[in-house]
Amino acid sequence: MKINFKIWRQNNSKMKGHFKVYPLENITADMSLLEALDLLNEELVEKGETAVAFDHDCREGICGQCGIFINGRAHGPHDNQTTCQVHMRSFEDQSTIVLEPFRANAFPIVKDLVVNRSSFDRIIQKGGFISANTGGAPEANSIPIGKERADYAMDMAACIGCGACVATCKNASAALFTSAKINHLNALPQGNEEALSRTYNLVEQMQEEGFGHCSFTGACEVECPEHIPLTSIAKMNFDYMKAVAFKK
Amino acid sequence: MKLDAKIPTGDLKDKWKNYQSHCRLINPANKRKLDIIVVGSGLAGAGAAATLAEGGYNVKCFCFQDTPRRAHSIAAQGGINAAKNYQNDGDNTWRMFYDTLKGGDFRSREANVYRLAELSAPLIDHFAQQGVPFAREYGGVLANRSFGGVQVQRTFYARGQTGQQLLLASYSQLSRQIAAKKVQMFSRHEVQEIVVIDGKARGVIVRDLVSGELSRHSAHAVVLATGGYSKVFFLSTLAMNCNGSAIWKAHKKGALFASPSFTQIHPTALPQGSETQSKLTLMSESLRNDGRIWVPKNKDEKRAPNDIPEEERDYYLERRYPAFGNLAPRDISSRAAKERIDAGYGVGPLKNAVYLDFKHSIARLGKDTIKSRYGNLFEMYLKITGIDAYTEPMKISPAPHFSMGGLWVDYELHTTLPGLYAIGECNFADHGANRLGANSLLQASVDGYFILPLTIGNYLADDLKTGKISTDHAAFSEAEASVKNKFEKIINNNGTKTVDSLHRRLGKIMWQECAMSRTKEGLEKAIREIRELREEFYKEVKVTGKIQEFNQELDKASRLVDFLEMAELMCVDALERNESCGAHFREEYQTSDGEALRNDESYSYVSAWEFKNVGNFILHKEELKFEFVQPSVRSYK
Repeated sequence: MKINFKIWRQNNSKMKGHFKVYPLENITADMSLLEALDLLNEELVEKGETAVAFDHDCREGICGQCGIFINGRAHGPHDNQTTCQVHMRSFEDQSTIVLEPFRANAFPIVKDLVVNRSSFDRIIQKGGFISANTGGAPEANSIPIGKERADYAMDMAACIGCGACVATCKNASAALFTSAKINHLNALPQGNEEALSRTYNLVEQMQEEGFGHCSFTGACEVECPEHIPLTSIAKMNFDYMKAVAFKK
Repeated sequence: MKLDAKIPTGDLKDKWKNYQSHCRLINPANKRKLDIIVVGSGLAGAGAAATLAEGGYNVKCFCFQDTPRRAHSIAAQGGINAAKNYQNDGDNTWRMFYDTLKGGDFRSREANVYRLAELSAPLIDHFAQQGVPFAREYGGVLANRSFGGVQVQRTFYARGQTGQQLLLASYSQLSRQIAAKKVQMFSRHEVQEIVVIDGKARGVIVRDLVSGELSRHSAHAVVLATGGYSKVFFLSTLAMNCNGSAIWKAHKKGALFASPSFTQIHPTALPQGSETQSKLTLMSESLRNDGRIWVPKNKDEKRAPNDIPEEERDYYLERRYPAFGNLAPRDISSRAAKERIDAGYGVGPLKNAVYLDFKHSIARLGKDTIKSRYGNLFEMYLKITGIDAYTEPMKISPAPHFSMGGLWVDYELHTTLPGLYAIGECNFADHGANRLGANSLLQASVDGYFILPLTIGNYLADDLKTGKISTDHAAFSEAEASVKNKFEKIINNNGTKTVDSLHRRLGKIMWQECAMSRTKEGLEKAIREIRELREEFYKEVKVTGKIQEFNQELDKASRLVDFLEMAELMCVDALERNESCGAHFREEYQTSDGEALRNDESYSYVSAWEFKNVGNFILHKEELKFEFVQPSVRSYK
């Protein structure tokens, strides 16, 4: 295959960026998109140009570090899939692929396709945990948790923190990400003790970081690699109202 | 150098208790006066950083990823072992200890392994309390499954994402301590050098990967939790940025490196498809619980797998190892696959794979059950290969996966460089010559949460009056200058070859000669080639961009410098060990039916290497004494 990559180049957060087109040959259909970028970067370095910066690590779809806006979609042409799992067989030969960073005010650009998602960390730091120190935990089977509840908690806990929900949202809302963590911990008896304060504090921090509000278009659940559903946000909003009414 | 593992006295089951009763403690008011640096924020690092901070220490934690939630612990799929005996199948601490020791082919310490098994049960309690959504039965109790190399069901799991869930639990505890201002977190920062003052590890030189700036950080002790080094093979199941630089720097500063050649090849990865491939994807070993592994009996088989009748299939693991069958330990399964592939029975376009077939279990249990157990793995397989494994067997192939070797540590997880600790995969401690499935998450967690936070106090008790360590010391300036020099040398080198092209070649040498099976001749050849490649690297490497900016090519080059030196030591170690044990298989030492031939008389020791200069290492031996079990010949037949 031969592909034209149209890539957003930006040296750092202070400088202006621009698109640049790079034709690349010798691509095979079984290559992943990131492997094609590796190949492009090798060519660029050989020519003395700077390599395209992009985030990636596990390349198994679980670490959440990769994230490129591909042809106008977060993580590319397929629903519910990370960037590292996109293969070249998904594109037409001779086509142009447009690569942009995830765009959101709360995700400042680091370089080229790399953004800073530390706003997610600060949301978690507001209570995305159970306040229990190491040591002194009760015997695990002494607190039964029914399979359905455990499965629900797992569905929510599966979030990989990639930020696709934010990137695809017209409001750049982090509601799907935030609700997943709240619902995971609130669903478990161990985490339920802090449910109201957790819900309130995480939602407040989300707004503090400059993420927009959710207007229920559902774009996020289409892109979420872990299939976190839109109803997760509804559940969070319900708990947030409770928190405002009873806690605050 | 006399290596003292500092094993506590007493009966095996009392050793850890004896240690706890007699080690020195530091009161919370004094812990506030002590600084600790933790390098790495995976399961071991995040667990240690959070627990040390809970105890009162001031912690700085560094990771090269954009957030600590990304560490490669996240990719462990299958589960975590614990001797809870919830399934009433005869499991207990002793049995788990024995399975692990035997699985490691009697090349690890009894006392360490027993402690690992002993602490496994409270660890599950701990993680349940932290909110890990482990798989449950309908009545609400925890579920278990069996896993490679054992006959009991002691593996706890959270779908096929156990590593992710444990890591996110430790990340959340770390986040809690960051919020409490007890941990200062440095993401996108990579440690470049260990600073040694008066023979003690007292700090690190760190590069900010965004700005390229170097900075100095001092502490009373440094803890490395930097994971494994199998990325030396270039193609591996590890995350792309995994590296061995921190432990290699520590090694060059005086920490002995133990069993470097003990690296595990995992039997169930996806086969390499082309030259440009950058990464091998692991399919969880748990698939072997319900999948059957086979190759065609006919060498030139052209038919699709579903068209090959039962009588023309060779279920070679079941044939060779009837007692364990498809659940034989990883080293044995990998080698058996390689044997069939080398003999010409491999499948797939490059004939480099074997089949993993679910036909029988789907017929027996129904598709829904298989889907509930492995749904996400089948989905992943479909995404990558475009093949539906519910209707057609998967193709799998062995791939570098884990390093049992690492920095030599004593019972306290203390390296031979005072004040420097190594926890999780980056130490050599508990797995011997081969690691059992679902023991890696366990070891990383137990080291980080339960062991290190206690043992480090025994050392730091002498430092109560030391006060802050100044970063103005000459040792900091020297270390910083050497790092600066390294980066300048790389960036100013006007070569022609990319970092990846050189790393790929190193990987090929290592995969060819220092992976699943090794020979004297091959290893000697590999050492020569590695030396040549190292010279070529310095002449020919080309990195564009600047030092003072976000520069991923430069990051990779700096890591490859260390791999090029470490690779040689791996070969030297494999060459020195004239026996086959666990994952280390020397073709010269095998039985007539092709099984590993261990030599306890001459090689029942841990090889611990001292660094003299590049390519020059001195061997020290820690004799392994087996007081409580008699090393037996591993048989899974």
